[in-house]
Amino acid sequence: MAALRCFLRSGKNAVAAGLRREIHQTAPASLQVTVRDALNQAMDEELERDDRVFLLGEEVAQYDGAYKVSRGLWKKYGDKRIIDTPITEMGFAGIAVGSAMAGLRPICEFMTFNFSMQAIDQVINSAAKTYYMSAGLQSVPIVFRGPNGASAGVAAQHSQCFAAWYGHCPGLKVVSPWNSEDARGLLKSAIRDDNPVVFLENELMYGVPFELSEEAQSKDFTVPIGKAKIERQGNHITLVSHSRMVGHCLDAAAVLAKEGIECEVINLRTIRPMDIETIEASVIKTNHLVTVEGGWPQFGVGAEICARIMEGPAFNYLDAPAVRVTGVDIPMPYAKILEDHSVPQIKDIMFSVKKTLNVPLRVKYRGHILLCHCVLCCSVSQ
Amino acid sequence: MRKMLTIISTVLRGNAGKNGARAVVAARTYADFTQQATFDIKKCDVHKLEEGPPLTSTLTREDGLKYYRTMQTMRRMELKADQLYKQKIIRGFCHLYDGQEACAVGIEAGINLTDHLITAYRAHGYTLTRGGTVREIMAELTGRRGGIAKGKGGSMHMYAKNFYGGNGIVGAQVPLGAGVALACKYQEKNELCVCLYGDGAANQGQIFETYNMASLWKLPCIFICENNKYGMGTSVERAAASTDYYKRGDFIPGLRVDGMDVLCVKEATKFAADFCRSGKGPILMELQTYRYHGHSMSDPGVSYRTREEIQEVRSKSDPISMLKDRMLNNNMASVEELKEIDIEVRKEIEDAAQFATTDPEPPLEDLCNHIFYNEPPMDVRGTNPWSKLKSMS
Repeated sequence: MAALRCFLRSGKNAVAAGLRREIHQTAPASLQVTVRDALNQAMDEELERDDRVFLLGEEVAQYDGAYKVSRGLWKKYGDKRIIDTPITEMGFAGIAVGSAMAGLRPICEFMTFNFSMQAIDQVINSAAKTYYMSAGLQSVPIVFRGPNGASAGVAAQHSQCFAAWYGHCPGLKVVSPWNSEDARGLLKSAIRDDNPVVFLENELMYGVPFELSEEAQSKDFTVPIGKAKIERQGNHITLVSHSRMVGHCLDAAAVLAKEGIECEVINLRTIRPMDIETIEASVIKTNHLVTVEGGWPQFGVGAEICARIMEGPAFNYLDAPAVRVTGVDIPMPYAKILEDHSVPQIKDIMFSVKKTLNVPLRVKYRGHILLCHCVLCCSVSQ
Repeated sequence: MRKMLTIISTVLRGNAGKNGARAVVAARTYADFTQQATFDIKKCDVHKLEEGPPLTSTLTREDGLKYYRTMQTMRRMELKADQLYKQKIIRGFCHLYDGQEACAVGIEAGINLTDHLITAYRAHGYTLTRGGTVREIMAELTGRRGGIAKGKGGSMHMYAKNFYGGNGIVGAQVPLGAGVALACKYQEKNELCVCLYGDGAANQGQIFETYNMASLWKLPCIFICENNKYGMGTSVERAAASTDYYKRGDFIPGLRVDGMDVLCVKEATKFAADFCRSGKGPILMELQTYRYHGHSMSDPGVSYRTREEIQEVRSKSDPISMLKDRMLNNNMASVEELKEIDIEVRKEIEDAAQFATTDPEPPLEDLCNHIFYNEPPMDVRGTNPWSKLKSMS
């Protein structure tokens, strides 16, 4: 039985695995892999698998990538397949889209998605809409990838989250991985997808290691686009998030668990097409919903989730209004204390959960810790 | 028969001075037509090139008739579109190409169908030369299911094999074209991409970004600026600090070509294509041409230019007349033969217009199709939460 399981898991290495089993060697165990390395390996494997795949962007080749995500790829694949571009986003994004129209499968890296604004016409008007406008004559198999959202100390022009902007447009798929498994599986899916995919990474997650199961390490491991993942089961409240904030939700859930509140944490993984069914099923179970994102509140990802929950079957199961935890509605400041207060912290998530569940907050009053429901104490963090 | 031959050869010898044509009389011809003639063409101004295209072009009777037919079809098709637009059967944007026929036909004569081409929104002519039929084009303009894009694209979004539209955003097609050229080079198929834009678009930043990368990476791209002297209602003098569009590529060699002469365009395109295919990188061509219509159907085209100017170009430089005169004066075709072609073309256009006005509009079921390629069917939200529409790949 163990040998059979090993055979199935190892796929191509079936025979070798079987033999290994015979001489009592264990199958490969799970590894600690950073998000950066997961992305790097995913690209490496896809470049190897399909000759038409190539990477272009600023500093992707000889610099090994501005954030080292493409480290080693130029040495391995050379100038033809890993192309350094001048600092001309609109031009090279257009070139990438044109090459996709003519049969290649480009990965177009934006050093950060802030710079994609210079090229956004090519992403939307040339890539996203073309298959529809041509009534199916012209497809555009391209991946636009790069870090998205807030980083650390990079200030307003380098910290915007574009999930809502790209998530707005039909014809695009928009994914936002959180951990290494997400990064690896979703990038492979994105590269293999025959449609334009916007792949939103997060710079602060690049260096974070996560466990990659042996299954996730296999060359054909993909994570389906359009399917959310329940990272943590719970009964009292549903937390929906994407990218880095998923980690914050899990941390908040761990603290809340000690107080007897069990949160169900959903990792969206894909912004568009959004897996609203998973969220609905969870809300029907828990009756409470809090969305968490790093981006701005107005017209954001959370706003869309709340609107859809209102319009769908889960509304009747809500015991409290669904609320959003978002970045503060300001351009990102530089000073650390200001920046820290511009994005959701774990305590903000916990506060919102408790407010939604109508759980009394612990308040300090004249040296004593009290439990209070009152309006005045709403603005006091516990 | 012999008498006719004698008369003809006398006449021809007498005509040797006219039009600068040296006629070659073939001994055995079915209708006593000249099978081939060589014509002098205007010299092209060059930029960063040792020499330009040849100063003569040889035209066979067969090719001449083909170019005549295609240009006439293009002309009549555009005029029919004008009519249908005024009858409100075509709506939205309609940018007509009449006057510029020599560009589309001449370019196609200089490349192969296996090469690639992309242009902006004044695209009906190119859709035709790249393999679209008049029926499909007109039905697309009228928004019917028989249209080349099933009615979902309209005037500015027509596609065919190796023809990437039809692009609505001014200048955006230029980086796209260089991308196609990148794919050509990458796939090593000795193909190239012709990438067109207008005098208005020529000032776009992304075009200069593209010049830079195409030149750096030696992409097999022929950049062609169709200079029809007006970007919408703004004349070139009012829009560009430098109107030498063929020099605007700076480090990219350039040619300035008489865009009203189909043979001049053909020779220049052949020259440019050879340049690209030899691996020397991109080259730039400026075609000096003219559009008779305004920018689009909502523009009468006379507030920023005079009727006299339009009339002058029509009478002195019309591309179809130029070819017709050349062929008739060199006995490459007869008046009757060309009239015959005109009648056939008119009929083709009438049939196409008939089809375009009677073909049904696309079915409502098609509304949400073609969002994604190679995807299982999915639901698309309609105008209200209870409206779930089906989307097929």
